[in-house]
Amino acid sequence: MPSFDIEVLLGQLLLGLINGSFYAILSLGLAVIFGLLNIINFTHGAQYMMGAFTAWMLLNYLGINYWAALVLAPAIVAVFGVAIERFLLRRIYELDHIYGFLLTYGIALVVESAYRAQYGVSGQPYRPPPALSGAIDLDYMLLPIYRLWVVGVSLVVCIATWLLIEKTRLGAYLRAATENPVLVRTFGINVPLMITLTYAFGVALAALAGVLAAPLYQVSSIMGSNLMVVVFAVVVIGGMGSIPGAILTGFGLGLVEGLTKVFYPPAASTVIFVAMILILTFRPSGLMGRSA
Amino acid sequence: MPDRTGTAFLTVEGLHAWYGESHVLHGIDIDIREGEVVTLLGRNGAGKTTTLRSIMGVVSRRTGSVRFAGRELIALPPERIARLGIGYCPEERGIFASLTVDENLMLPPVIKPGGLSVGEIHALFPNLAERRRSYGKKLSGGEQQMLAIGRILRTGAKLLLLDEPTEGLAPVIVQQIGTVIRLLKQRGFTILLVEQNFHFASTVADRHFVVEEGRTVDVFSNADLTRNTQKLEAYLGV
Repeated sequence: MPSFDIEVLLGQLLLGLINGSFYAILSLGLAVIFGLLNIINFTHGAQYMMGAFTAWMLLNYLGINYWAALVLAPAIVAVFGVAIERFLLRRIYELDHIYGFLLTYGIALVVESAYRAQYGVSGQPYRPPPALSGAIDLDYMLLPIYRLWVVGVSLVVCIATWLLIEKTRLGAYLRAATENPVLVRTFGINVPLMITLTYAFGVALAALAGVLAAPLYQVSSIMGSNLMVVVFAVVVIGGMGSIPGAILTGFGLGLVEGLTKVFYPPAASTVIFVAMILILTFRPSGLMGRSA
Repeated sequence: MPDRTGTAFLTVEGLHAWYGESHVLHGIDIDIREGEVVTLLGRNGAGKTTTLRSIMGVVSRRTGSVRFAGRELIALPPERIARLGIGYCPEERGIFASLTVDENLMLPPVIKPGGLSVGEIHALFPNLAERRRSYGKKLSGGEQQMLAIGRILRTGAKLLLLDEPTEGLAPVIVQQIGTVIRLLKQRGFTILLVEQNFHFASTVADRHFVVEEGRTVDVFSNADLTRNTQKLEAYLGV
């Protein structure tokens, strides 16, 4: 009988929930970008890494703490996103999808290589802020406060983004422009600007995930590429461009991964891809995807 | 020429337009006075829809001159043109499937004072009031057309470009749309209407421009229409 008492189970579920928090924020950013730009942002992992590194640089070079970095780092990386959209992505909207893939993947390689050249591949430590250090003792397990914080922030950010898109006027512009950008322009709405800001927002989400990850994982130039393989699987399972699909699948698959670690640890790193194969076999456009 | 009336609201001169490589308009000249209802008549593929799209700035390239309320539009992007006070209702209606009727109605931002209130729009089109929470994709063709016209009445746009608002609709709805156009004229809207059906056009319009192979080739006042029926039938190939 494998040892899965309640402590191990809860511990792995919590770990799964934390991984799920990152999957959810990252796949949400990809979904937002894909919805309006029709581009799969393969630079997403690099932008996640940039978020973590920006927080690390702010602390080590400028003495700016975690709380400020939580806002500043996504803003700084978003500016980088604006530049990418304005000068590069904008030129390829009319072209085949493959160009978007090549361009965003190429940018990711360049960015990651630049960080690797400067900082190598070994991780840089980043301490959680004092207020979020330590753990709550629940008798049967120790609950690290920082992990609880990550799950909370992720939930708030995901729900707020979903409400913004489904329930506000700005969100209605976004949904309308996804369907018919030209017609939305004839109503007097600056769609090209909206596209730039949407890309910047998706990039900022990636960078925010990076800042959240900095105290949990080592800050390194390759942290993004490791994670993104799983995130792209999450996006495909949830359905390309579906906001609720990205969020629910992100958290759900994090939990599935955690449970697999309890019941059959060797399969933990492959279970998501098995799920992807099964789901795409029966629902080719994903769990909540728009049918093509 | 354009200023012969002294109150030209929209003046189009020597308008050429392209979709990608193909040259579609070869010289469109139109002038509309404030408060007029004017139609573009012509066969399928003559360039009527492209003329409206070119005024709105949604073709790949256009040259010539489009002046509206004293402003030259030829170099402006569509969102700037719309903000000067032009409302556009496309031939395919452009109802957003993933938005509710209310969201579709409220989508175009108010750009100037003087638009209709939501209550007034619901009075014109009671169906829209009954189906507020339905999604765009659930509407009938007639309801979609009402919504497409209704949503540009809120914005304060004073010039409306309507592309075949009666196409494919039941006679009773065509009548309803005719009534609405006459009402809008009374309220001071200026309307440029693309129509295939010149019997309908003659019940709402003051003047008619004839478009052929991407050029404006003739213009009639509505009063002269009956005297020119034969000529018009030749133009339209009916």
